Amino acid sequence: MPREYRTIQEVAGPLMLVKSVENVKYDELGEIELADGSVRRCKVLEIDGSNALVQLYEASTGINLKSSKVRFLGRSLELGVSEDMLGRVFNGMGRTIDNGPDILPDERRDINGLAMNPAARAYPSEFIQTGVSAIDGLNTLVRGQKLPIFSASGLPHANLAAQIARQAKVVGTQEPFAVVFAAMGITFEESNFFVESFRETGAIDRTVLFINLANDPAVERIATPRMALTAAEYLAFEKDMHVLVILTDITNYADALREVSAARKEVPGRRGYPGYMYTDLASMYERAGRQRGKKGSITMIPILTMPEDDITHPIPDLTGYITEGQIILSRELYRKGVMPPIDVLPSLSRLKDKGIGVGKTREDHAATMNQLFAAYSRGKDAKELMVILGEAALSDIDLIYAKFADAFEEKYISQGYFTDRSIQETLDIGWELLRILPRSELKRINDKMLDKYYEK
Amino acid sequence: MSTGTIKKVAGPLVIATGMRDANMFDVVRVSRQRLIGEIIEMHGDEASIQVYEETSGLGPGEPVESMEVPLSVELGPGLIGSIYDGIQRPLSGIMEKTGSNNLSRGVEVEALDRNAKWNFVPTVKKGDEVEAGDIIGTVQETPVVVQKIMVPFGIAGKVKEIRKGSFTVEDTVCVVETAKGEEKLTLMQRWPVRRGRPYKEKIPPRKPLITGQRVVDAFFPIAKGGVAAIPGPFGSGKTVTQHQLAKWSEADIVVYIGCGERGNEMTDVLNEFPELKDPKTGESLMKRTILIANTSDMPVAAREASIYTGITLAEYFRDMGYSVALMADSTSRWAEALREMSGRLEEMPGEEGYPAYLGSRLAQFYERAGQVISLGKEGRIGQLSAIGAVSPPGGDISEPVSQATLRIVKVFWGLDADLAHQRHFPAINWLTSYSLYLDSIGPWFNENVAPDWMNLRQKLMSLLQDEASLNEIVKMVGMDALSPQDRLKMEAARSIREDFLHQNSFDEIDTYTSLQKQYNMMSLVFAFYDQGARALAQGARIGDLVKMEVRERIGRYKYTPESDIAAEFRKINEELVMEISDLVGREDR
Repeated sequence: MPREYRTIQEVAGPLMLVKSVENVKYDELGEIELADGSVRRCKVLEIDGSNALVQLYEASTGINLKSSKVRFLGRSLELGVSEDMLGRVFNGMGRTIDNGPDILPDERRDINGLAMNPAARAYPSEFIQTGVSAIDGLNTLVRGQKLPIFSASGLPHANLAAQIARQAKVVGTQEPFAVVFAAMGITFEESNFFVESFRETGAIDRTVLFINLANDPAVERIATPRMALTAAEYLAFEKDMHVLVILTDITNYADALREVSAARKEVPGRRGYPGYMYTDLASMYERAGRQRGKKGSITMIPILTMPEDDITHPIPDLTGYITEGQIILSRELYRKGVMPPIDVLPSLSRLKDKGIGVGKTREDHAATMNQLFAAYSRGKDAKELMVILGEAALSDIDLIYAKFADAFEEKYISQGYFTDRSIQETLDIGWELLRILPRSELKRINDKMLDKYYEK
Repeated sequence: MSTGTIKKVAGPLVIATGMRDANMFDVVRVSRQRLIGEIIEMHGDEASIQVYEETSGLGPGEPVESMEVPLSVELGPGLIGSIYDGIQRPLSGIMEKTGSNNLSRGVEVEALDRNAKWNFVPTVKKGDEVEAGDIIGTVQETPVVVQKIMVPFGIAGKVKEIRKGSFTVEDTVCVVETAKGEEKLTLMQRWPVRRGRPYKEKIPPRKPLITGQRVVDAFFPIAKGGVAAIPGPFGSGKTVTQHQLAKWSEADIVVYIGCGERGNEMTDVLNEFPELKDPKTGESLMKRTILIANTSDMPVAAREASIYTGITLAEYFRDMGYSVALMADSTSRWAEALREMSGRLEEMPGEEGYPAYLGSRLAQFYERAGQVISLGKEGRIGQLSAIGAVSPPGGDISEPVSQATLRIVKVFWGLDADLAHQRHFPAINWLTSYSLYLDSIGPWFNENVAPDWMNLRQKLMSLLQDEASLNEIVKMVGMDALSPQDRLKMEAARSIREDFLHQNSFDEIDTYTSLQKQYNMMSLVFAFYDQGARALAQGARIGDLVKMEVRERIGRYKYTPESDIAAEFRKINEELVMEISDLVGREDR
């Protein structure tokens, strides 16, 4: 029985100071027992002699300096994992909330995990077909990649994420897959949208849900994504599954991190977020990937809302520096009715080059992709010019480019949330659009491929 | 050896008491798990220690032992082709020892393999006088790298014994009779990472580091022994550019430091480099490369140490008389590690929370680059070129790390998000970037490639400059308002951008361009403008000039294999002259 302390000295926000402790370790898990018998969890942030500064994982309501008891458990926060977690719903702290029986864990794992040895990583290179042209054709997702969706308030990121979760597959394989979904501070409705979507397709039996809603304690959110990733690592690297992890919404997570940092009176970095936020986010994002000698994989799609649509805000900025690309949603396209409103020019998948081409998608993929990007970019410039100077100011070729840009948005990007296009369809639509342009303009495609596809 | 006790643990910072006898920057072993740390502050009896491994589970009362040596690296055969973490632990060795794909704590693996035998060929004889820096023999480490075994710093005397044959790094290969007694030399030596390795003299760089990247070599070249920075927002191609430089730079040794970046990027290097062939030697690129990987999820304190570890290894090869290129990706993550430790130490912050000594630390790091005459009688000349990526928040280079870096480096390759969005790679902005080495290494290009290299470069730069001003006008009044001469300028500038500057790093041929080919390409795009301008003056129509068929051929010249460049160059030139005279002729008729 661990020793109990009644020496809580201070409680302020998510922090608590406990005095005269002995043998307490940094990062150790603690439990606070309230007078009514309920138990809250916390972890040691700093240990200085006999003073332990702890961070609460749950609400501080009801903690009493005199009567509440604290005990330290000699381990860090763990999650009991087992294959039975599939199809179950947990709260942000990993307790079941679906009225089902408790999970009998195969093993207990530290939620912080261990950093992956860079020499042990296998490079992600298997093409995942999401059925969304703007992703498959231009910003290709591969197994083991971390590709966030940069959204903004009011944009349909949930629809896109649900569509990806529904349609994603590796063509020609029947390997076991699973979805791990972590909700951090989102509304009941948004969370329910995902749950319903998983239920409709029957994917719910292959899904593990960790739900921390907007009215749940903010500090709990710091543990939620780590819980989800611990479950994902177990399923991927012990049970050989291909796991898709959806984390939404990272913005709420970062705000919780800022709250703890502010309570500790740390020197803030940009916009009040702690200076170590890059490292902290990396410790989650980097858990995606593939490992040598293991069959499974973790593919991660974190979703974040950019405050004021500002991509230079620290949350999207630091995320973009860690993740392997980003899918950016655009308000302008959304207003035009383009669904999904993916802004392909600033979007990027860093790992696409290894996942496309002969034997993976098709030989013409890389070249058409570059050509579509270049042509759409020029078309958009032409349209911008047209707005200022009128159509007459455009050269003939620029007019064609402007027409191309419109057709591209309408036929290629806009496809709705329930159309599942194969990669061949996506590439063929690409060629259909490129035929709007004269052959001499297609400088990024070599003659052999032009002969084969353009002249068709 | 002094032993203390942990008093406080806060993240990577541990404070221990009873450390009065320890020295600043000594390596310490923390707790019973013997985690590696370094003393970074002393207050009386208390030492502040930054721990290079995860500290969870540590608590007051556990022992701290000072090793009484500063943080050092092992230098000797076995370095090439290795992948190390920030404090020179071999990552593949850790994998073998733990049998796990994850990094657990307290693992001790030697940086250099103790069992590997190396064939040592002595170059001195018994009775020779040697001093620090003198070469006593060589080891053929890889097909392209001969490691020269040097007399360590501080040793001078007469060779008493020298052996020949196969040895491990710990075997004695030479005994030197010094004034203070006998010194046994092994293939391996140690050096503290935070101290630059000594040399005889520093000399200004005079030769370019050829990279095969057109925008770099032709427009903003870096000298052998120079320093450069690549700042840019995410997605602008910093890492791809760094990888390209690591692959194709004409250096003998490449040290690549992945400092707080993605794990998969290091995997990419590990997979790709062994497959790629060095254009100069035809051997695999991994046979000249050392990797330091302290990815973003690995302990933050070791990230701080990683760039020192890397540059010390680089200096060691520089001292052998090699040209070494060092890439650090990214120095911003290093600065953040510095900031995190500074915050934990409760230091008064400077700008944006960074410590006030950020600028001086950065300067000290970059100043370790340069061209030097090494110690020893031979006076070998070695170069260490350093290229640091900077990741400014939001791509705004007014932030402290970018600004402190720009004050030091002489080459600035400014990456541009807009160019990246247009998929113009490398997305190095030709208007904001600069190289201060142009004056000192420009003449080299004129002498060794073509007499009018610098001249041609200047003409192309002016065209791009003019394009930027003309673009302002086009935005207001449209393309039609431009004179035919200006339209031609715009077309020529477009050709420079698309046909010359744009370089596809994933294309087998385009990924590397020899200097001769670069010169031919510059000549071709300029010939279009030059002859076009003359044709205009003689009455040709701008519309016809723009539509000339030869332009497509100019655009495809980048995909011409190196073996055909001369013939193709001649043919395109002939075709250009013919088509132009056709157009001029048409007007006469």
